[in-house]
Amino acid sequence: MGASDFSNLPHIGSAVRRKEDYRFLTGAGQYTDDITQVNQSHAVFVRSPHAHAAIKGIDTRRAKAMPGVVAVFTGADIDGKMGGLPCGWLITSTDGTPMKEPPHPILAIGKARYVGDQVAMVIAETLEQAKNAAEAVEVDYEVLDAVVDMRTAAKGPALHEAAPDNHCYKWAIGDKSQVDAAFANAAHVTKLDLTNNRLVPNAMEPRAAIGMYNRATEEYTLYVANQNPHVERLLMTAFVLGLPEHKVRVIAPDVGGGFGSKIFLYAEDVALTWAAKQTNRSIKWTCERSESFLTDAHGRDHISHAEMAMDKDGKFLAMRVHTDANMGAYLSTFASAVPTILYATLLAGQYTCPQIYVEVDAWFTNTAPVDAYRGAGRPEATYLLERLVSRCGWDLGLSQAEIRKRNFINSWPYQTPVALQYDVGDYLGALTKAEDMADVAGFAQRKAASAAKGLLRGIGYSSYIEACGIAPSNIAGALGARAGLFECGEVRVHPTGSVTIFTGSHSHGQGHETTFAQVVAARLGIAVDAVDVVHGDTGRVPFGMGTYGSRSISVGGAAIMKALDKIETKAKKIAAHLMEASDADVEFANGEFTVKGTDKKVTFGQVALTAYVPHNYPLDKLEPGLNETAFYDPTNFTFPAGTYICEVEVDPATGKTRVDKFTAVDDFGTIINPMIVEGQVHGGIVQGIGQALLENCVYDRETGQLLTGSFMDYAMPRADDFPEFKIGTICTPCTHNPLGTKGCGEAGAIGSPPAVINAVLDALKPLGVTEFDMPASPGRVWEAIQSAKA
Amino acid sequence: MYAFTLDKPATLADAQKAAAGGAKPLAGGQTLLASMKMRLSDPGQLVDLGGVKELAGIRREGNALVIGAMTRHIEVANSAEVAAAIPALTHLAGHIGDRQVRAMGTMGGSVANNDPAACYPSAVLGLGATVHTTKRKIAADDFFQGMFTTALEDGELITAISFPIPKKVAYLKFNQPASRFALIGVFVAQTDAGVRVAVTGAGNGVFRHAGLEAALNASFTPQSAAGVKVSADDCSADLHASAAYRANLISVLTQRAVAQLA
Repeated sequence: MGASDFSNLPHIGSAVRRKEDYRFLTGAGQYTDDITQVNQSHAVFVRSPHAHAAIKGIDTRRAKAMPGVVAVFTGADIDGKMGGLPCGWLITSTDGTPMKEPPHPILAIGKARYVGDQVAMVIAETLEQAKNAAEAVEVDYEVLDAVVDMRTAAKGPALHEAAPDNHCYKWAIGDKSQVDAAFANAAHVTKLDLTNNRLVPNAMEPRAAIGMYNRATEEYTLYVANQNPHVERLLMTAFVLGLPEHKVRVIAPDVGGGFGSKIFLYAEDVALTWAAKQTNRSIKWTCERSESFLTDAHGRDHISHAEMAMDKDGKFLAMRVHTDANMGAYLSTFASAVPTILYATLLAGQYTCPQIYVEVDAWFTNTAPVDAYRGAGRPEATYLLERLVSRCGWDLGLSQAEIRKRNFINSWPYQTPVALQYDVGDYLGALTKAEDMADVAGFAQRKAASAAKGLLRGIGYSSYIEACGIAPSNIAGALGARAGLFECGEVRVHPTGSVTIFTGSHSHGQGHETTFAQVVAARLGIAVDAVDVVHGDTGRVPFGMGTYGSRSISVGGAAIMKALDKIETKAKKIAAHLMEASDADVEFANGEFTVKGTDKKVTFGQVALTAYVPHNYPLDKLEPGLNETAFYDPTNFTFPAGTYICEVEVDPATGKTRVDKFTAVDDFGTIINPMIVEGQVHGGIVQGIGQALLENCVYDRETGQLLTGSFMDYAMPRADDFPEFKIGTICTPCTHNPLGTKGCGEAGAIGSPPAVINAVLDALKPLGVTEFDMPASPGRVWEAIQSAKA
Repeated sequence: MYAFTLDKPATLADAQKAAAGGAKPLAGGQTLLASMKMRLSDPGQLVDLGGVKELAGIRREGNALVIGAMTRHIEVANSAEVAAAIPALTHLAGHIGDRQVRAMGTMGGSVANNDPAACYPSAVLGLGATVHTTKRKIAADDFFQGMFTTALEDGELITAISFPIPKKVAYLKFNQPASRFALIGVFVAQTDAGVRVAVTGAGNGVFRHAGLEAALNASFTPQSAAGVKVSADDCSADLHASAAYRANLISVLTQRAVAQLA
């Protein structure tokens, strides 16, 4: 079935209430910490209080003797018995050498490399006993100088022997000589230095896991708050523990948000799984919030210089970018791909810039590992490009709309100079609609009204594009991915006609149980309530790749569509038999099979029953049953795009910045559930504005202590920080998947930060402020105003 | 949390006895319990003041409003008596923390704790209130002695705070963006004894600003406040604000508080 037929089916485009919300809202969700096992012990991790320290010795004797203690493990107990955490993406440096991949031990061996690095694991009968014993573990540290600022990391003491200058890789894309030549002949060059501030993910549910071992069957089970249980199992069994994969079951039950931070294989997950067998106990660990701040993989943290060469009319000729990216102390699971493959390939944006050259240096520092966080590379790319584009307009005296319109891509497919080929879009359409919804025409009047109150009003644009539906496995593989990126879907039709689907996608707040059910209900002509979705369990679901990169509907949904194609094909054969017609004459619509040119019909339910009670059935030609599995590997990325327009009011006396209006127009292709999409956009915008106005992860530059280690100092966005958003969509269906969908989970977080900062700069322009980076917290805005006065 | 014992006396006498015996007084617990959960505090013995009736209640006594130490923020925020007498106190109490904090946190707990960014100390000092304890009455000017430090002796409990009712009063708080404690809070009161300006959030603890008070005693106008150069020397600097920014906020908020009262 093609995308245009699909989008016309019943349930598609319908704001069906989320099936999962009843259990979530009534406290009936089952998160990892809600699960209690018989014979369950509790783990606490002893963590390094120092950013960089040699471990001279660990004395666990006192801890082991404390009440309730089951076991205490340190690096010495695991050294040589298991591998370290792997990185899933190989980046090759410009000189042809592979990135530096220093060991990432499950418990620190010899050295601790960031505040929070796990040094020992204490297991006890109760959590309090484990905490008490953890305090009794005596670690003899020799504190070393910490490397905090990546710009001077090369001169600091080496974190790892494998990377003597703390340099992980230098990677580049594009033709440098052609870019340099274009710059030499440009009429205008606009330059910008930018910092993409470091963020802490802060999922509502902290990380949690329960490791279990059954000595009768020699099977391990790991409950874990995770976005991709099969990947977790594969990485853990194949790269770390060397266990047979079929003896390990990973279950990610209800998961309360991830934003990328629960994609990764973490040391705690491995340690619990391993220790479950050592102790013959089920062992639970739930991360505390302070621990989450220290140890969840952080996001962003780029420092960049960008330059755009233009002709006299503001047409882009070439772009040159250098980015320093902070990897933290170790390479997390997909850390290396974020500032390269997921970043630089998006730097063409929505524009016809014929030449782009991007160089990226990645550094190790004594900070928590940095990895994918909602958007993963694309927010960094969008922030850089959309700040630069607005600045180009500023430099040339063109409005933010005009500089964009002069450079928009307006025919598709479009091959960018940074590897991607956009299949379809309508960038001018989104901008035009956004300007209309945002009432840009009334801006001057609103600005005057603000001025009358002593406030500065500014307007900011951001026209983002992102690559979702990750990813064609062959392309990902050629770019260094160490995994495929397909998805699986199994459709199990029950004898009475209801359906259970098993998907490798994982819902941790996205509403898959509803959206995916709508897809199936639409195709089979049954009620949405007749479809249940199972996910997050390697013991129940075929091998799947999980949820990140806004891939679930476009890849996971497409796999289900392929399985539904198989269901439909087989069901038609059964129906043909029942109606004594030829297979080719049977048509299926609205849950009914009919024979062309006759009034014969059978329902989907009758066919389902016949498949399982095959008394009158072509058993010589067809197997009984109606249960199909499909794997879908996309042929291209999908490219959601849109324009966001933000209006802020700044109080120059206090620096307080208030977002007064925020308009988002997105092209997500086909929309299955507009309410869920709107919720995703709202959440994304909140996270994006959060980064732009509030959130900032700060380490002490000397000691490497996390200064923003709690909600007392790390400013999370709250409802009253926002106006009512205006949300609109346009639709150019994706051309290469059967649903026409593009993905909507990250767009808000990608598109909004530059819209906010462009608006802040527009507001502060009359005061002479020309440079400003996130977050626009009151103190920072006020300081920028004072600097401009000086 | 480390293990601890908990007493919940019904009378002030019993509470005093427990406190004298070394038990840490537990008022609303909005600071103490959080620090205990993080194992940053290990009091061993707690005496919960929540059952002591003598410590509750809001009453008018002549030209003063007397508020029991265990009065919750929400009770102050919702009190018609407070709103009629000292509306700025209503506003202040209604904007502390969040609903959960306001439902549990108490005036006495906040004042005894003397967090340098707490709101209540600025009201106590700004109004020239009197802190009643189990031992004595302490004038606000003598009570606050710097960060987390007060005139209270070991075992001495605040029983009530007596606020003289001012002519005009305003409290403006500029939120620290993460905690929403006062990055700067300015409490401006026109009293029979002249203008008092108390500042919280600026540094070592709540203080009165003599320069602003003098200027506003001379002329109670925003312009007069704006003419005072607020020094950054007494202000602290941290992640959220430089000393200069804090000094600026003291000036701006004072001007705005006065404008609100004009």
